Amino acid sequence: MAEQYVGPPYRYQKRSTMALDKPYLDVPGTTVFDTDQAAKGYHLNQFAMSLMRAENRERFKADPDACLDECPMTGEQKQAVRDRDFNRMIELGGNIYFLAKIGATDGLDYVQIVSSMTENDADAHTEMMLNGGRSPDGNRYLHEWQHERERD
Amino acid sequence: MARITASVYTSHVPAIGVAMDLGRTETPYYAPLFAGYRPAREWMADNTPDVVVLVFNDHANAFSLEMVPTFALGMSARYEPADEGWGARPVPPVVGHPALSAHIAHSVIREDFDLTLVNDMPVDHGCTVPLSIMFGQPDAWPCRVVPLVVNVVQYPVPSGRRCLELGKAIRRAVERFDEDLDVQVWGTGGMSHQLQGPRAGLINQPWDNRFLDRMVDDPEGQAEVEHVEYVREAGSEGIELVMWLVARGAMADLAGGGAPTEVHRLYHVPASNTAVGQLVLEDAPA
Repeated sequence: MAEQYVGPPYRYQKRSTMALDKPYLDVPGTTVFDTDQAAKGYHLNQFAMSLMRAENRERFKADPDACLDECPMTGEQKQAVRDRDFNRMIELGGNIYFLAKIGATDGLDYVQIVSSMTENDADAHTEMMLNGGRSPDGNRYLHEWQHERERD
Repeated sequence: MARITASVYTSHVPAIGVAMDLGRTETPYYAPLFAGYRPAREWMADNTPDVVVLVFNDHANAFSLEMVPTFALGMSARYEPADEGWGARPVPPVVGHPALSAHIAHSVIREDFDLTLVNDMPVDHGCTVPLSIMFGQPDAWPCRVVPLVVNVVQYPVPSGRRCLELGKAIRRAVERFDEDLDVQVWGTGGMSHQLQGPRAGLINQPWDNRFLDRMVDDPEGQAEVEHVEYVREAGSEGIELVMWLVARGAMADLAGGGAPTEVHRLYHVPASNTAVGQLVLEDAPA
């Protein structure tokens, strides 16, 4: 169970009555960054945003723990940043355009950052893209991935 | 009076800007793409407008999570290229048209489009890469720009219908502006791509090509397509394509005029993680 995030700008709680329509929840391997994710990830994303400034990038490279400790992120979010686990950061409310600034600080480009979330390394990902990218076939609905897992 | 002369549609992949900035456009990876851009650049050299209303999304550069405006209109005389984490792009500042911005704001807000008005913002690759694609590497951009920033990052994002209707309102605003100006509207972003999660790298060529067809022939139909179809079929970041509908809404055929003339179309896979599309439509006023 993920720890509950409480803090500015507003309180995030798992609601028992979910009146919102979220048809995108059944797309596999995909987290749509919505207002609930944004509430969870507020401080994580704002931390990443601080890396737009060159002096903050230098400071983070020199002393990552000091920078992370100043930020009111959850412990899980800080660990995901330390691990450079982009899938975990996204699960915990991060958005790729914010998180890319963490990758940029490490000198990574978008292909390197993006491929780290997939089964491929950057070279294999580039090769896949040159061959037309990942097909939508078999990748549209959660149940298609569940069948895949049952076969394995 | 001001007039809409054309609409331009283009992906705004940051790597395309990097390829130009680092002189890599003739590498085997990029040469076919930049050869594909040549006809649109030649057309643009003969049809450079006075002002571009440039529709794009900010990628966590002008706006943090402190504020998430759905539609934000730039009101400034000048916009600086943003440092997105890799250092700012070595491209000229973007020169605005404050009087036209003020006129558009006055006109479309009174038609119930609740724009956020922004007096000070940097512009990221969403704005500068389309300028580079269409104009190359000049010392100064050859036209002024009114930036219109659409939230397609944090859901809920505006519907395709809302985007198309805003484009129609922008046309009405431009046609009432009392200065003799040629104005183009550019819709940017897309095409299919997904930058996050284990499904990253998704490309859907049949869907993209149908989208290009419908942008020409059936924008009203495309405006009814739900967000979830974009996510499922064109990837989580493919939702950027709703911004093309703002530009399409500004064409005359949706205001009783003639159908636009398609003067250029390009589809190319890949640039970095993304399918690249480009479309140029000349307006056909009644």
